[in-house]
Amino acid sequence: MEQKETVFQVKDLDLWYGKDQALKKINLEIYKNQVTAIIGPSGCGKSTFIKTLNRMVENIPIVRTEGEILYHGEDIFHKGVRVEELRTQVGMVFQKPNPFPKSILENVLYAPKIHGLKDKELLMDIAEKSLKGAALWDEVKNRLHDNAYGLSGGQQQRLCIARALAVQPDVILMDEPTSALDPIATAKIEELMEELKNDYTIVIVTHSMQQAARISDRTAFFLMGEMIEYGETKHLFTNPKDKRTEDYITGRFG
Amino acid sequence: MDHVREIVPDAKKGIKRVFQADRKQIQRRVQLSESLRYVFASMIFMALLVLIFLLVDIFRTSRGWLTWDFITGNLSIFPEKAGIFGAIMGTLYMMLIVIPVTFILGVSTAIYLEEYAKQGRLKHFININISNLASVPSVIFGLLGLAVFSRLMGLGGSILAGGLTMSLLVLPIVVVASQEALKAVPSYLREASYALGADKWTTVSRVVIPVALPSILTGFILGVSRAIGETAPLVVLGIPTLILRVPRGIMDDFTTLPIQIYYWTLDTVLTPEYGNLAAATIVVLLLVLLVMNSVAIYIRNRFEKKF
Repeated sequence: MEQKETVFQVKDLDLWYGKDQALKKINLEIYKNQVTAIIGPSGCGKSTFIKTLNRMVENIPIVRTEGEILYHGEDIFHKGVRVEELRTQVGMVFQKPNPFPKSILENVLYAPKIHGLKDKELLMDIAEKSLKGAALWDEVKNRLHDNAYGLSGGQQQRLCIARALAVQPDVILMDEPTSALDPIATAKIEELMEELKNDYTIVIVTHSMQQAARISDRTAFFLMGEMIEYGETKHLFTNPKDKRTEDYITGRFG
Repeated sequence: MDHVREIVPDAKKGIKRVFQADRKQIQRRVQLSESLRYVFASMIFMALLVLIFLLVDIFRTSRGWLTWDFITGNLSIFPEKAGIFGAIMGTLYMMLIVIPVTFILGVSTAIYLEEYAKQGRLKHFININISNLASVPSVIFGLLGLAVFSRLMGLGGSILAGGLTMSLLVLPIVVVASQEALKAVPSYLREASYALGADKWTTVSRVVIPVALPSILTGFILGVSRAIGETAPLVVLGIPTLILRVPRGIMDDFTTLPIQIYYWTLDTVLTPEYGNLAAATIVVLLLVLLVMNSVAIYIRNRFEKKF
């Protein structure tokens, strides 16, 4: 059996929104250069979970967490951890494409610039690599200074991926990245993920079981804040161990 | 395609319906909609009519009095020689105080309240008070200015005292307008920035403010135009009208265009020509306000970003 490097190790993670517990004793490990999919019905806590991995969930003031998330062995909730630094390692792509109302180039270079990079040549180099990495370069190379809002929805989402790549992250979190896109744009992004996992670790939340089956190496099934089952995608979909997982993936509820 | 066509109701094709839309009812509603168009149009016409009547009256009264000498001349008790250069300069000098004070204080307050302050009772309390202040009569601000700036700080009837008083009056308007502008910035843009490892100030300065700036500036310019047109607070401060010399610094005594209009109008009974002078000054004031508001509209259209 091949050796897998652990990127995230989640230990007994509990999370409350005020008095409502949204995550209950989550335990799982996320491995390097794999696509890990989180599936489950609406309100099961899958989005909440992915947002705890880069601590974006804390932008909601009433959130309280307990437990540990180790990122390469370091607890991300430790006092000494700056969330800003964590987020340069753990990038995120959102459900709805959210480019800044700036030019395509400014979008991609937003993060490198705010993190102190000034060298123009290096910046252009990063812009090109990131846009190529997001399979957008050929479509936009002649209009880098145009406003990002002139792009189609699918292009905007790939721009957001390029923008996340430009920070040089280690992990990319994707929160239902294709739910606002048409099937062709979705196919492009799925293809892209296949490429990206060679260099990055990807965690994706998806409401589409087909998508999870197509693109992920491992899948976790969440239900009402609990992680019901977690394992290799092909096993989980063909031979689920838990009755509830089986019911969900065969479409009996959800 | 314009004629009304009878659509065969599905009910007649065997589909049972709980409810069948009444054709007559639909027709009545459409007719009502159409006739309301004229009602609303006539309302706006009435408002415009009053405005046009006022404008025509003012322009007629000012005819012959609005000369270059009138604009560049100094004040005099003889109507033929009187000019409003001092009042124009007084207004401009006062803006020199009002613009930086309200912009810095107002926008900073709004940024603090919208971006930094935690949701809670204190913020709620401050918000309610700011909204209340925005509707406090301007005379009250005059009394406050008189007590604090003129008397307590000993600034008397100087441009500084007047400018600070006006700033207080404008401040709530600028704060509320800026708050609304910041609130209108979609939260997904902030999230995008935070997710890229940006801290709060980086996010606010590079993403939120650029998006909100056109609306902030529009509200700001409208607030400042209010200060240009206000009279009451300065009357309370005891700003004199008979300033024969043009102010040279912010500690000088001064008068402004609305004050000049006010006092000339008061004296019309004794010297009818003062009425013409007041009308001519109103035209100048209107032009200044027209320019300010045009700039506000221009900025809004020029920088408005489409989402």
